[in-house]
Amino acid sequence: MLRTLYKIARTGVVSEPAAKDAAPALEVVGERLRAALVRRLSRSLAIRQVDAGSCNGCELEIHALDNPYYAIERYGVRFVASPRHADLLLVTGPVSRHMEAALRAVYEAMPEPRLVIAVGDCGADGGEFGVSYASCGGVASVIPVDGVVRGCPPTPAELMRGILEVLEIAAGQPK
Amino acid sequence: MSTGGAFAWFEAFLADCRGENLLVEEVAGPAGPARCLRLDPEDWGAFARLAARTGLRWCAVWGEHRPPRIVVSACLERAGGYLLARTAVEEATPVLPSHTPHYPAADRPERHLQDLLGVVFTDHPDARRWVRHRAWGESEFPLRRDFPLRREAPGPTPPDADYPFLRTEGAGVYEIPVGPVHAGIIEPGHFRFQAIGEAVLNLEERLGYTHKGIEKLAEGRDAEGLARLAGRVSGDSTVGHTWAACQAMERAAQLEPPPRALALRGLLAKRERIANHLGDVGAICNDVGFAFAWFQFSRLRERWQRDNARVFGHRLLRGAVVPGGTAVDVSPQEHRELAGAAAALAHELDELVPILEENASLQDRLVGTGVLPRETAERLGTLGYVARASGIDRDVRRDAPYFPYDRLEVRVPVRAAGDVAARLAVRIEELRIGLELHARLLDMLPGGAVRVPWRGAAPGAEGLGIVEGWRGEILAFVRFGPRGEVARYYPRDPSWLNWPALEVLIDGNIVPDFPVCNKSVNASYSGHDL
Repeated sequence: MLRTLYKIARTGVVSEPAAKDAAPALEVVGERLRAALVRRLSRSLAIRQVDAGSCNGCELEIHALDNPYYAIERYGVRFVASPRHADLLLVTGPVSRHMEAALRAVYEAMPEPRLVIAVGDCGADGGEFGVSYASCGGVASVIPVDGVVRGCPPTPAELMRGILEVLEIAAGQPK
Repeated sequence: MSTGGAFAWFEAFLADCRGENLLVEEVAGPAGPARCLRLDPEDWGAFARLAARTGLRWCAVWGEHRPPRIVVSACLERAGGYLLARTAVEEATPVLPSHTPHYPAADRPERHLQDLLGVVFTDHPDARRWVRHRAWGESEFPLRRDFPLRREAPGPTPPDADYPFLRTEGAGVYEIPVGPVHAGIIEPGHFRFQAIGEAVLNLEERLGYTHKGIEKLAEGRDAEGLARLAGRVSGDSTVGHTWAACQAMERAAQLEPPPRALALRGLLAKRERIANHLGDVGAICNDVGFAFAWFQFSRLRERWQRDNARVFGHRLLRGAVVPGGTAVDVSPQEHRELAGAAAALAHELDELVPILEENASLQDRLVGTGVLPRETAERLGTLGYVARASGIDRDVRRDAPYFPYDRLEVRVPVRAAGDVAARLAVRIEELRIGLELHARLLDMLPGGAVRVPWRGAAPGAEGLGIVEGWRGEILAFVRFGPRGEVARYYPRDPSWLNWPALEVLIDGNIVPDFPVCNKSVNASYSGHDL
């Protein structure tokens, strides 16, 4: 136990240095994100993530949002287990035809108002996989999309900025 | 073509085949390490029976529509020597005996072949569809040449609602359907549990949700395009799959990448393995509530990925391996930085690992959980760290080495217990060994170019690539068509052979331990569904 505490103390808080390598600084993005949440969603944003057929690269980077460097929870953003608890749907693609019905069902299960972000080049337009007998292509071909974060996969900093953009646009609209 | 030690068993096996009156003939096969036998379709099943009796391990099966026939290839291995068995059936009557009665590992791969090419395996114990849901019909086969890649969908694709799952009945037995959308940030798949109280009586997996037509998409691509696609078979194995695909293409084209490029591929593969193990070690501990490990190991993983981005241009190393070599190089300055960061990581592990090992409540949750007995692992053809944690001493880098591993001593960690704790211990040991190899590869990094220009392959040229990815053996088959384009690509991710192990090792465990058992195996959905 002492060893654990010693390691925790020695590690310290690593969340700060994350600001150094993101442009604009991650802290700035985070603070704007927090402000947008205060205006729009009573300080908290619940995200439901759905992999609608990705290669799992996007999932690795979305996961990283929870690591101590990005620690997205400190801005009031958390990932929830059910679409019924979610304000925002983060969808990675391409949407495989075998996931098409499940994705629609998840979208339908969300309370309104609801936001959708298509993540990655595949979520944007099908990416490397395009449209085929097995793939519907981008997320927008299946459910309405409010924003797109491109990249293969997008970095955690790009994901944070993408979430912020969609919230700022949404916050500018009447509730 | 290799002969020597790895094939010491080959002549005797061939004699046994003839002794059983099998029509076999050794023929020239795809360029690569495998020796190739041509078989009569009627002998396909008897061959598998003999191979199983002889102790050959079953690796893969795939087919290619070459009108008017369908060519079927199966890959097996013994003592580091690979054997490719081939046969052909008429497209109008594509019937073959199944390998599954002799090799349970062949079960799902054969059903995949049935769904995508329409090959019927007569004595297959399970005639149900596998990768096919409702995106195409029972009598349509996407990998047939007359099936168009971009076929329009008639409307929304309905869910695969009537798949005939196994049923368990009896007092107190209930069923838990989970997925395809799961609670966490993970890939989609369906798990059907039959449980009594908290104990799992039976788990049945239903996969295929992320099927995005990778094999069909490969047709007609050039070498660069295929490498790009291979890098997206499974996002966490982008180096492994691209290396296997490039190895297959380079062998087919008789193109030898420069030694520096191959050593760099080794280095990139180590970096991929280390990143994935760091993430999973933390996640396994987190799944039983030990958040300390998750924060620490996800911190280490993040730092490692940032080094990837800085030196190799991508956090997950995408696009680093290309046909003919690598698209990345390491400057003397970066060389020092990578070595320094790896040494720092080794030091962090020295501090963290004892904390995990000495934490009684963590070990209490992991020891004895999700046991995969060695015999079962052997029977299912299990690969990688899952196999090694169940006592199977197997690693392509040591058993069928390719440059740079033929110049290095690759230590293979093995544990006997087969439980989550053993899989965690093997992964931690692989982190340490990975860091040793990372240092050795940096030390031995040859000078010179990192890439030779791709110059195309002869029409009909075939190659087989076999590398050890971070999950285990990755196999890639490539055949080029008349214009030097890719006519067929088949990637066999190790997940094909590890998913069935999860069904078995969960038996008798409690339902809430499924996440930790699943994470300890961490098979890829995308790499399996293709």
